[in-house]
Amino acid sequence: MLEFLLERANYWAVIVLMMIGLYITFASQNLIKRMVGLGLFQTTICFFYVTLGKVAGGTAPILFGPDAPEHHAPAGEAAGDAHAALDTVLTAGGEAHGRYAELVHTYSNPLPHVLMLTAIVVGVATLSVGLALVVRIREAYGTIESDEIRGIDLETALAQHAEEEKAASEAAA
Amino acid sequence: MIEALYTAAPAWAIQHAAPLLVMVPLFLAPMLALVPSGRIAWLISIIGTTISFLFALILLYLVQTSPVGVVDYEIGRWPVPIGIEYRVDALNAMILLVVTSIGLLASVFSWPTVAAEIRKEKRPFFYSAFMVCFAGLNGVTITGDAFNLFVFLEISSISTYVLVSLGAGRDRRALPAAFNYLIMGTIGASFYIIGIGFLYAATGTLNMGDIASKLPELAGNRSVLAGFAFILVGLGLKAAMWPLHQWLPDAYSYSPSFVTMFLSATATKVALYALIRFLFTVFQPQFAFEQTAFGMLLMPLGIAAMVVCSFQAVFQTDVRRTLAYSSVAQVGYMILGVSLGTTAGLSAGLFHLLNHAMMKGALFMAVAGVVLSYQGTTIRDFAGLGRSAPWTMTAFAIAALSLIGVPLTAGFQSKLQLGFALFDQGLWWAVALVVFSSFLAVIYMGRILEAVFFKPPLNPRKARKEAPVILLVPLWILALANIYFGIAAKFPLDLARSAAAAAFGGEAFLK
Amino acid sequence: MTPDMMIAAVLILPLLIAAGIAATGWLPNLREGVTFVGAGLLFAIVIMLSLQVAAGGRPELYIGEAAPGLEFAFKLEPLGALFALVASGLWIVNSLYSVGYMRGNRERNQTRFYICFAFAILGAMGVAMSANLFTLFVFYEVLTLSTYPLVAHKGDAAAQRGGRIYLLTLLGTSIGLFLPAVMWTWVLAGHNLDFVQGGLLAHAHVSPAVASALLILFAFGIGKAALMPVHFWLPNAMVAPTPVSALLHAVAVVKAGVFTIMKVSIFIFGPDLLDATPGREFVMWVACFTMIVGSLIALTKDNLKARLAYSTIAQLSYIVAGAMLANSSGFLGGSLQIAAHAAGKMTLFMCAGAIYVATGATNISDMKGLGRKMPLVFIAFLIGSLSIIGIPPLAGAWPKYELMQGAIDRGNAYLPIVLIVSSLLNIAYLLPIPFLALMPPPGTKEPKPFKRPDGAPMPTVLAPLITALLCLILFFAVGPVSDFLAPSMGDRAAAVAAGGLP
Repeated sequence: MLEFLLERANYWAVIVLMMIGLYITFASQNLIKRMVGLGLFQTTICFFYVTLGKVAGGTAPILFGPDAPEHHAPAGEAAGDAHAALDTVLTAGGEAHGRYAELVHTYSNPLPHVLMLTAIVVGVATLSVGLALVVRIREAYGTIESDEIRGIDLETALAQHAEEEKAASEAAA
Repeated sequence: MIEALYTAAPAWAIQHAAPLLVMVPLFLAPMLALVPSGRIAWLISIIGTTISFLFALILLYLVQTSPVGVVDYEIGRWPVPIGIEYRVDALNAMILLVVTSIGLLASVFSWPTVAAEIRKEKRPFFYSAFMVCFAGLNGVTITGDAFNLFVFLEISSISTYVLVSLGAGRDRRALPAAFNYLIMGTIGASFYIIGIGFLYAATGTLNMGDIASKLPELAGNRSVLAGFAFILVGLGLKAAMWPLHQWLPDAYSYSPSFVTMFLSATATKVALYALIRFLFTVFQPQFAFEQTAFGMLLMPLGIAAMVVCSFQAVFQTDVRRTLAYSSVAQVGYMILGVSLGTTAGLSAGLFHLLNHAMMKGALFMAVAGVVLSYQGTTIRDFAGLGRSAPWTMTAFAIAALSLIGVPLTAGFQSKLQLGFALFDQGLWWAVALVVFSSFLAVIYMGRILEAVFFKPPLNPRKARKEAPVILLVPLWILALANIYFGIAAKFPLDLARSAAAAAFGGEAFLK
Repeated sequence: MTPDMMIAAVLILPLLIAAGIAATGWLPNLREGVTFVGAGLLFAIVIMLSLQVAAGGRPELYIGEAAPGLEFAFKLEPLGALFALVASGLWIVNSLYSVGYMRGNRERNQTRFYICFAFAILGAMGVAMSANLFTLFVFYEVLTLSTYPLVAHKGDAAAQRGGRIYLLTLLGTSIGLFLPAVMWTWVLAGHNLDFVQGGLLAHAHVSPAVASALLILFAFGIGKAALMPVHFWLPNAMVAPTPVSALLHAVAVVKAGVFTIMKVSIFIFGPDLLDATPGREFVMWVACFTMIVGSLIALTKDNLKARLAYSTIAQLSYIVAGAMLANSSGFLGGSLQIAAHAAGKMTLFMCAGAIYVATGATNISDMKGLGRKMPLVFIAFLIGSLSIIGIPPLAGAWPKYELMQGAIDRGNAYLPIVLIVSSLLNIAYLLPIPFLALMPPPGTKEPKPFKRPDGAPMPTVLAPLITALLCLILFFAVGPVSDFLAPSMGDRAAAVAAGGLP
């Protein structure tokens, strides 16, 4: 049982944090708090991906020591060469991962980190738009509690409706 | 005609059509933010959408004439499982055509409404956000990489939140509506990316074709099942699948009229496309429909959308809200077609997608014209407009009849096809419910039409005039398209059928 | 002109007429002239087409595919030709009548009125000439939509309410029942909807249960045939001006409905399949029920148009009953009733309108003794009534005879009784009207004076007299008409004798 928990500790952490984030988003009335919940939810996704990428016994995915590539030519042609070399290695097909099998050290998977960089950027953009909206809502409504905002909207709608009724009866009269 | 365009196009345009379609509006967007005048921004946005539309036509031609029916583009010449690829087959060529053509028509008609509803200094930013949204929607449609889809999905969504909130100039309720849309949309996208994470963990790749080829060996893997569920909920929320549609009525009612028109015809359609892509091409039909019996889940949701939201539409007093609920109901029809899991059902759903873009685009454009001259959008405000704005209202009536499904309109054809697909599967009770919701559509659209054509105006002394020509021309293009494709439905039906066939062709996905 | 060009002309002509009316709207006499010339031309072309049909030809026109397997196609066969003749011929008479009525009553929006009429005739022509169920459905809906502005013409609250019930009932039945029936037929017939002599579904191996369900969907889905309980659009549509009622009850709408039921019975189900369908009995009972109950309700109505509306509901069921007999006598009786009832009911309605224009009276109790002042109108009314009742030498006699013959052929015991009871009820609710008007019992009050100084306008008196004469002519023309219709009536021998199956 303990093993079951510990083996999947990262997933348990992800579940707990995500649920906390979602709960905050749904349950709170304060708009800033909802953004906080959303941010927590999105950050936990990053956590999820990064823990997925960890390879047991792996280190940071930067080639070093005997694995580092031999040429250290300046950029330009080397970039093109490296690209061509990588191309041939990858498309040479055949058995798995060509060069990867020759590596001495174990590295974690870099791809989830890269993906999460993008996701973090997206999260930041969402957060900034959200906060800008909160500022505007505060200007327009004077409050940032969503139940109060709903109340104000309801009052406005009722007042508008009453006005329309009056105008209609005056026009008919 | 498309052939003429193809032969006239330079070689670089043909070769790089796929990325250019997305990149041109994306590059124009920050430029538009720097432009001083709204009018110039408008003209540049017309140019941008026209260029994308031409590229979409070229891609359609390439797809139709290519021996494998697929256009593959590797970004940066990185080979497929490593790099991101843009992959166009009959399914997304059709969606690209819809999005770019609606984008073009929408930008053409936008100026009078933007001038009336958005503050002067905000107009360039408005068009900039529109270009970002347009690029994002095209990107979602054209990409063949699952994570890239998320990126573009969020690009389009964030700009959509901004666009919706700009309706605050007219009605401050746009702000909480945009905020709620932001919260729900971000949750949806986050669910999607959690799903992608599970799929990546199980298959090790992000390319949709590669995932499709690796999934059959992983049958029964729980990561895959979890990923499937998360992806479908996430995309369903974006597509306004019932019951994840709560953001839509507020967002459509309070945003600027141009935004509502553009979004109603494109945003949910693109998310629905993504859903179809995942259901049919990535998770093949035998997984999606047989192993997990997903049709059993999607069908009740589609039917509930149709019936419940049509009911809700009947009780609304604001025309835009009625049309918004009607949109959710129409998405329900599409999901019903998709849930059948057969080629006939899918092509009926896609055909309805095409026709709905035309119908709702025309309806919301007509409403934009009314808002321009009269400002109010309740049914009472619409009374008597048949006399004072005949051109606008006749186009509205044509689109409304198409929504109801009167013969000789496009809506009738798609209802027929859906009915045939349902009868083929023996689901006569579903046909009865489709018919019932059509009847509800008669009621809610009929009320509006009755007010427009048969009731006297509420306040005869208030000035009322016809919408400007620049709004009427795209409006009538869409309205006449409804009638034309209602009589000669061959072109859209062929598009939908080849799109459905392409969606099923999972094995041909990988090079 | 080649046959397909003639069919195209029949379809395009009403559109041209509508355009012409719109263009000449401000010159009323010119506008009316457009209607008459156009209607005359239409009738002439339809006669030419019918002559070709009588000679054994089947003119057809293929326009194109709306979608794979769904074609817009037209093919004229005798039953359709009969309906087209009735519709286009009576349009001329109705236009004559409308001119008198609308001007006499000083109605507003006359241009819109005549334009909608033209579209309604287009719908009727499309229904008459359609070669498959899809084309028929499309033009059926065109008919519904184009007659809605006519029903709600007056624009007041009652007219709007009547119009709303009209539209909702007809659209509801056609979207809710007729359309699913069409879709189901498509699937059963292997993706085909053509009208085929002997029945499209005859070789489709449909089980009796499926056939019954389909038949019931068709019977109630074709709301224009006004079977109870989907009949109530008809009395509610009486808020329309009388030319519209004459059109609705004689020429276009109701006849399109029962014509569609006949076409479905003969060309979709076919006599053999229809015979083997248990649901047929149920629809027959509903038709008989409608006949009796409709007549009984008519007895209770004092408003003349309401009484005539319920009479129409009852008379239409004759045609449905004829179709449900599923033998050639039944089909023939139903088809003859289409023409006979058209002429007779139109007479009655036009008389009612003439009375209204002259005196403003709408209730029968106000019409006692009016015959002294309007003798011609009430004589026409008498002739029309006798035709509806079914007394020789007037047109209505033959359908009743054929229906009874068909009932006896099939061994159906109750239909003849129902027909006789219905005739008795017809006498009871129709004959008192002209008799009390022409020969009021002594001591009746003097009827109200004329609202209009000259009484009824001349066209409104002339038109019913023309149709009354038509009732007489149709009685004697029954021989040629029956021979004309024979190939469509499902009689194998007659079909072969007519020179091959269409």
